[in-house]
Amino acid sequence: MKKMTMYLYSLIFIAGAVHADEFTQQDLKLWKVEYESVVHKGRKVFIDPKLGTNTVTCNECHPNATNTHPETYPKFQKQLGKVATMAEMINWCIANPLEGKKMALDDPRMIALIAYITEERRGVTLEPGKH
Amino acid sequence: MKRREFMKQASIVAAGTILPMSVIEVAFADNPDGTKSGENFTFAVISDAHLQQIKGTKFVRNWDMGLKRAVAECNLMTPKPDFVLFGGDLAQLGKAAEIDHGAEILSALRSPVKMMMGEHDYYLDLGEHWMKRFGEPHYSFDHKGTHIVVLNSILVDEAWINKWKTPMERMQTMAGLDDPNGSPFMVGLAQREWLKKDLENIPKDTPIIVFSHSPLQKIYKGWNFWTDDAELVQDILKPFDKVNVIYAHVHQIQYNKIGNIAFNSVMSTAWPWPYPETYKKAKSYLPKLTVHMNRADPFFERDATGWQMIDVHSGRVDLHFLLPHNENRIVAYNEKTQQPEDVKYQTEQIPPQKHY
Repeated sequence: MKKMTMYLYSLIFIAGAVHADEFTQQDLKLWKVEYESVVHKGRKVFIDPKLGTNTVTCNECHPNATNTHPETYPKFQKQLGKVATMAEMINWCIANPLEGKKMALDDPRMIALIAYITEERRGVTLEPGKH
Repeated sequence: MKRREFMKQASIVAAGTILPMSVIEVAFADNPDGTKSGENFTFAVISDAHLQQIKGTKFVRNWDMGLKRAVAECNLMTPKPDFVLFGGDLAQLGKAAEIDHGAEILSALRSPVKMMMGEHDYYLDLGEHWMKRFGEPHYSFDHKGTHIVVLNSILVDEAWINKWKTPMERMQTMAGLDDPNGSPFMVGLAQREWLKKDLENIPKDTPIIVFSHSPLQKIYKGWNFWTDDAELVQDILKPFDKVNVIYAHVHQIQYNKIGNIAFNSVMSTAWPWPYPETYKKAKSYLPKLTVHMNRADPFFERDATGWQMIDVHSGRVDLHFLLPHNENRIVAYNEKTQQPEDVKYQTEQIPPQKHY
């Protein structure tokens, strides 16, 4: 699968060099597949009892990623005392309720979590800074 | 110490009476001729502890603390509750170790304890260990003129039960509230027949309290805030003048009235859940009567968890929600409007936070 993806990427790169502004149906399909696979992975991380150290999972408190409000970040997170991104809040959850180790902000699992949480919120108006 | 917490602790010192738990008072008004129609009484409900084994004797600290605190404060209550009902989901994954751990913590209660089954107690061994510890999951008893029924409302059909490779796979699927492979709960034909029989010789003016783990009304199927045969159970209860259904499972305050039946939910000691309408991809039907709780602050681990004391009066129930790190609430039966209402917030949104 990985090899195939790389192969497709190189095809796009070559095609892109010829028609820089045009997306083909194949492009759109590939990107959608890539995106959905990361959302799917995000759901897996979201329900993974090994994400923290105490077997607690994200969806125990946040069924369907509710009460996460991804559309409000970045915002002043009063408990952290600063304007924070959702990734920082996710790390707080991993460190505290899940008693685990914080992730790098660009950890593929972090990106997958954000993709899943945001996808569950699709259609809600973007309102950064809202409380 | 945050202000809210300070205020709460300060008032505990001052009054010594603020307890995070739900007291339910069942009170009876005197008859017009001056005779008593029954006795008022008070009981407590502690529910949804979700004790979660990590390994061996290690359990998730946060959930343990919720149940331990509820038990400790229940023992300090005045008046002492006539009994304490545990509303189900003592365990997280139905393990014998989790059920035994819970039984040990509950054994510190100084009032008689009644147990109800939750899906987290059931779907590993189909309730075998739970029943060994606590007995039959559905039963009834009479208390000071009120007829009290405990149901096991978390059953599903045989086909779903048998479709899994291992019992743990079945348990984990049911334990995921938002797992799309779960199955809707029901009371089931056998228990409905039992209930009909149980109520057969009860006079229609006897107050009834029915406990169920899942709501005996349909709110949101995706999270099993739902019982598939709810209407059929309601039909059995309809002939009685005063019926009160108290349910667990939802980890939030809900209340409603359908015909003669007043519905009240109880809190979880472990963690709160958002209201289903905050999930924007699906339709849900939270009773309009319910004034939402405000949003939980995850930095206070007991915020939006709680337990309740319940007063029974005139055959109706008032729930006193005891909510650590949050303002306590009372949802009482209003004799004028004939429905359960929040005594303070029924006409206004609780400031300052909305769910969205």
